[in-house]
Amino acid sequence: MSPNTAMTATAPTAETAARKTSSGAEPGPRRRTGRIRRIGLPYLLLLPALLLELLVHLVPMVIGIVMSFKELTQFHIRDWGTAPWAGLDNYKVSVDFDAPVGAALLHSFFVTLAFTVLSVGLCWILGTAAAIYLQDTFRGRGLLRALFLVPYALPVYAAVITWVFMFQHDNGLVNHVLHDQLGLTDKPSFWLIGDNSFVALLTVSVWKGWPFAFLIVMAGLQNIPRELYEAAALDGAGMIQQVRRITLPSLRPVNQVLVLVLFLWTFNDFNTPFVLFGRTAPEAADLISVHIYQASFVTWNFGTGSAMSVLLLLFLLVVTGVYLVLTSRRRRPSHA
Amino acid sequence: MPSSPRTATASPMAPPRSFLWSRRIFLTLLTGFVTVPVYVMVSSSLKPLPDVTGEFRWLPSEVTIRPYIDIWSTVPLARYFLNSLIVAGAATVCSVVIAVFSAYAVSRYTFRGRRVFTVTVLSTQMFPGILFLLPLFLIYVNLGNATGIALFGSRGGLILTYLTFSLPFSVWMLIGYFDSVPRDLDEAAMVDGCGPLGALFRVVVPAATPGIVAVAVYAFMTAWGEVLFASVMTNDTTRTLAVGLQGYSTLNDVYWNQIMAASLVVSVPVVAGFLLLQRYLVAGLTAGAVK
Repeated sequence: MSPNTAMTATAPTAETAARKTSSGAEPGPRRRTGRIRRIGLPYLLLLPALLLELLVHLVPMVIGIVMSFKELTQFHIRDWGTAPWAGLDNYKVSVDFDAPVGAALLHSFFVTLAFTVLSVGLCWILGTAAAIYLQDTFRGRGLLRALFLVPYALPVYAAVITWVFMFQHDNGLVNHVLHDQLGLTDKPSFWLIGDNSFVALLTVSVWKGWPFAFLIVMAGLQNIPRELYEAAALDGAGMIQQVRRITLPSLRPVNQVLVLVLFLWTFNDFNTPFVLFGRTAPEAADLISVHIYQASFVTWNFGTGSAMSVLLLLFLLVVTGVYLVLTSRRRRPSHA
Repeated sequence: MPSSPRTATASPMAPPRSFLWSRRIFLTLLTGFVTVPVYVMVSSSLKPLPDVTGEFRWLPSEVTIRPYIDIWSTVPLARYFLNSLIVAGAATVCSVVIAVFSAYAVSRYTFRGRRVFTVTVLSTQMFPGILFLLPLFLIYVNLGNATGIALFGSRGGLILTYLTFSLPFSVWMLIGYFDSVPRDLDEAAMVDGCGPLGALFRVVVPAATPGIVAVAVYAFMTAWGEVLFASVMTNDTTRTLAVGLQGYSTLNDVYWNQIMAASLVVSVPVVAGFLLLQRYLVAGLTAGAVK
């Protein structure tokens, strides 16, 4: 093995650092010039990813921001560069909460916020509980683990369309069970229109989303040393104590990322409501993505739609920033 | 907690009864919640039409495979299937290759902008799809008008879009995974005369296969299931399953048995693939992202 090993590592790990001291070798000068000559290589390797991210994400985002300052309706869509500037008009319309457009956006925002908080919370609880319960080996564990991942593996439209069938008023399973078999409701309910649609959307979202939390927590649990539990059990800690004192604290870094990712995905979710309700969602389940889609493509008002998207992005940026600051501040003392 | 310290000491590995019961109840309820829609999908796909238009019934009045034959003629399902296969397959291959290169650069080199790159790529996950849907739609239309390369409405445009969707997560996960492959290995390969790319493909990639498989599964599932861009950026010939499947319900009759059969048919490849490879996904997450 080369004595130069330690020097080419970008961030020396404990292992390579130990090797360095034991071998006590200094980097050879020839090696160093080789590295300088290769300095372009990392950029070359990153180039495809960079170009694609630029084309599909960053440039469109900039254009989207520009569009939000333009008066962009169907008359200008073919040649959008010539659309007249609108200044802040699109934003004014979007946040004028006394007028119908702004009021509808605000309503949609609060619906999305409530939906996201509930969905992320439920997904996290179900996923964590299932992962902890499936930690010990018992008969049928592998089967359950595979079964629990099925909702996540199913394509969104296939899963959601099944739920659409189940939520049908006349021939759906949900009304059949609740009304015909259990007699819980006086008459069959409508699930995909009216106030119930929020519950329907939440159910589908949790059903589809919790296995992701399960998967991540399951992976996180495998990094907790078995000895910790054994030591705790010997000290007399019960199951609940072990979960509270060992499992949850050890999962904190995993949860920090998991909750953020779940929040962003759920808040931006378009697929579930779009397949569940179609182009126009019922008011009680009017998630922001579908709302903006409708404002843009159904009414062909791209300028206002873009302004709403920018506001949404700003909100998510602020939430993410605050979240990261708060969670990393809380983490630091525990590491010190 | 009713279990006394003594019982815990006596057998530290045997969980108390209350835990076993709570586990039994919780897992039973959860299994029910997960299974019912899957059961509805499977059983309804084997029902004759009157069974799914009238009141819901748990069991088919007669079991028929008729829906599985009819799905192919009611809508051009085979074409949608092929389109989805091409789009998702190509997006997966490209996404994985590009992610491998990027992750290798970030994992093995220190260079200016390294942190900016990872943060930027990851933060694209935050963008609401709707924000860049409209501009991307315009870019593709205008690029098409200017260069003659048809991106809008073509499979190529969709492939390009989808591969960037899975890219951030793939890069992020592979960085963690490559970090866990000892650098000594690629150093040894370089000493033996491999270039950096030789070391990547002969040493790092084979050692990181589980992570790469996991990333590929994720990329394929992402592309196979996407609805928003598919609904705007495809036309009759390039339509994918995500949009095509809704064709059964916009006709005068809603053939729920056929919808369920078609849903099942389009789900089987991804679900089977996912369940076969989920071991790798968990291993990849454990080694990479979750660390």
